[in-house]
Amino acid sequence: MPKGAGWRIALIAAFIVLSCIYLVPTLTPKLPDWWKGMLPKDKIHLGLDLQGGTHLVLEVETAKAVEGTLDLVATDLEDTLNSKNLRFKRISRTASDKVAIVMYEKDTAAAVQKLVKEKYRDYEIIPTVEEGGMVGVALRMKEQDIQDRKDKAVAQALETIRNRIDQFGVSEPVIARQGVNQIVVQLPGIKDPQRAIALIGRTARLEFKMVKEGVSPTGGAVPEDSEVLFEKHTDPATGATSETPLVVYKKALITGDLLTDAQVRIDSQFNQPYVGIEFNSLGARLFDQVTAANVGKRFAIVLDSNVYSAPVIRERISGGSAQISGNFTEKTASDLAIVLRAGALPAPVKIIQNVTVGASLGKDSIDKGLMAGAIGVALVIAFMAIYYKLSGMVANLGMVLNILYLMGAMSALGATLTLPGIAAIVLLVGMSVDSNVIIFERIREELRLGKSPKSALEAGYDKAFLTIMDSHVTALITAAVLFQFGTGPVKGFAVSLSLGIMINLFTSLMGTKVIFDLFLHKGNVKKMSI
Amino acid sequence: MMELLGKTNFDFIGKRNISFVISAIISIIGIIAIIQMFRGAANMGIDFTGGTSVQLKFDKPLALADARKALHSGGIAEFELQEVKEGNKLLVKLPRKSALAVGKAAEIVPAAFAKAQAGLQVTVESTTEIGPSIGDKLRKDTIIAVAISMLGIICYIAWRFDFKFGIGAVVATLHDVLAMFAAYYLFGKEFNLLFITAVLTIAGYSLTDTVVVFDRIRENLHKDLKGSLHKIFNTSINEVLSRSIITSLTTFLAAIALFVWGGEVIHDFSFALLVGIIVGVYSSVFVASPVVLLLEQRAMNKQDAVTGQPVKA
Repeated sequence: MPKGAGWRIALIAAFIVLSCIYLVPTLTPKLPDWWKGMLPKDKIHLGLDLQGGTHLVLEVETAKAVEGTLDLVATDLEDTLNSKNLRFKRISRTASDKVAIVMYEKDTAAAVQKLVKEKYRDYEIIPTVEEGGMVGVALRMKEQDIQDRKDKAVAQALETIRNRIDQFGVSEPVIARQGVNQIVVQLPGIKDPQRAIALIGRTARLEFKMVKEGVSPTGGAVPEDSEVLFEKHTDPATGATSETPLVVYKKALITGDLLTDAQVRIDSQFNQPYVGIEFNSLGARLFDQVTAANVGKRFAIVLDSNVYSAPVIRERISGGSAQISGNFTEKTASDLAIVLRAGALPAPVKIIQNVTVGASLGKDSIDKGLMAGAIGVALVIAFMAIYYKLSGMVANLGMVLNILYLMGAMSALGATLTLPGIAAIVLLVGMSVDSNVIIFERIREELRLGKSPKSALEAGYDKAFLTIMDSHVTALITAAVLFQFGTGPVKGFAVSLSLGIMINLFTSLMGTKVIFDLFLHKGNVKKMSI
Repeated sequence: MMELLGKTNFDFIGKRNISFVISAIISIIGIIAIIQMFRGAANMGIDFTGGTSVQLKFDKPLALADARKALHSGGIAEFELQEVKEGNKLLVKLPRKSALAVGKAAEIVPAAFAKAQAGLQVTVESTTEIGPSIGDKLRKDTIIAVAISMLGIICYIAWRFDFKFGIGAVVATLHDVLAMFAAYYLFGKEFNLLFITAVLTIAGYSLTDTVVVFDRIRENLHKDLKGSLHKIFNTSINEVLSRSIITSLTTFLAAIALFVWGGEVIHDFSFALLVGIIVGVYSSVFVASPVVLLLEQRAMNKQDAVTGQPVKA
């Protein structure tokens, strides 16, 4: 055996074995139990473009989360001042980071300022000048706290969305944060993408508000403490929708965060689904108080500013359970139960990107991609075999090794194969023989100069080495840039391409060379099939 | 030994005036294409402009005019229709201004068809909705990506060869990139993310040929110190011509398989690759080397002006 061939063969063989081992999880649908201990479990994942599914990018409107927190502060201040008998004209959020209190007297203002300083230590307290002899105090949230709140809002939104998706039942979803305020959601193989998107994008803020009686919702001006919301009706027979306006108090008496459970139930009388909800102890107490104090009045159940129903309270309700009825189908009721169980989003989210690929198109893509790949490989193999004869077959062997290694490496990394990824592999098939073409042409040149096959081979590999190095490095530069900037299918392309380029360098400089060395090492080979 | 080309002796460098004119025309069309892209006058994919595209499949053929009517009566005023090669498929593109909320298009668009044509089975094959912020970011990222790759390539070639070769390589690469834009523009293909992927891939790949030629020029420059530059460049190109063609041919074979059998999604992508591969061979012979020669000659003229030696070219 030629010098140094032993360890090279061993290395090539070791990589073959490794690739095969790593490919097992990808190729077998179910791994035997004994495999799971020490052996690799990662496999090549199919991209959404190949198996069908939905890729969403959501943007959390984090500014709204900060505003929400400040609105809570305002409500809380109102209650506190009222309970302490401190008179004020108005408490409201006046900017995205500020709550202002306007009072009539200096003395009250001083008392309030002291109280606020103690209670809201993290806020900046600023005295303000008001018109007409009024006195004011403003609370401003510090920049650092605002950033923290925003950051937490994204984290919470991510958790909530994860909960919803888990309850909806999607296998192998990917839910990840991206950048400052974005969340990426991937739902492979999802059957009803529209429903899932609606489920994920819903804020699901549940509120119970009292209906303000005696004010006409269409009459124009409503009192400052109230607002007009709409109740939607869908006629089950025609599918036509109509809206009824309703004046309700702005202040929510009970909110969805006091729920412990929500389940779909069926009304035995009308055979109509509804959502049964359970409150925690605080919620149950509040619900008991509110219903006791308002018997005979109407109570609006509001979700994301839509009134679901506004029943009249007939009697005090103790025990902490209630029901939300409306025009539900079983699906809509079950989706509502899911979002109520998983909780509300801390801020609304906006879907800024939605790429959905149907399963049939995915299947079509993978079939065609593999078909094109097989034909591409066959064409290249045939060309090399005809043009370079036996040497061409050696190059083809190198190419097959290349594909095997690449698949093994992708499997080991748990990489995702996309349709452009398949295209990258097919391209690599073409490129992988390129290195050998450069080497072979060089060998031919040396042979023409009258060198023996063995020295022509050495010279060919030696002189072609740098050229091959250079061309691989330049290709790698662009592949790396693609990897850095690409998302989804393009990233899949970049992964396949960069891995392939590196592996190709190895097989062309080591893999095929060792085969030639084995043939030619005796030095008495007269003719080379090239 | 089977040979595609025997020993050749074309005067490639001598034809540089013709080739420069051809390349200039290609490049100008490419630049026009890019300008049109930024003006929004080219066929832009929604990944860059933002908006919605829905691919639908019908159980029977549907005339474009009927499709238009169906969408209009469904209350969708602004849209673009694109026929897909195979099957009874149709791509509906809605501009980002259209009032549809993200997440709704996959309901509204097929509903319009089902309503207008009773008994027509409509399946949504894919939906892509891109918010404006994503499109803007993508456009910015793309420009940065192309700039970084070019810079990386200049640096590498300048380091491996010298600066003049680096310039030659980048001019050739830019030429290839512009040619791809030109071809896409002339054929009315859609400029989208996959196209940019193809462009960057070719930017890396087409250098292979250029590097092969450069390597040989450098080798011959060291071997033959007395010959004229013109002759050395020509000999070098002729010597490596067949390998330039064969390396591209193998990749071309693989890409043509993708083009013919790879399916609709990567059809245009493989078209871009095919164009890039062909132009890559051309540019390594007719653009990269002549540019380096020009730069070398100019450097020598300067030197000669100082030392008073006659010019060799």
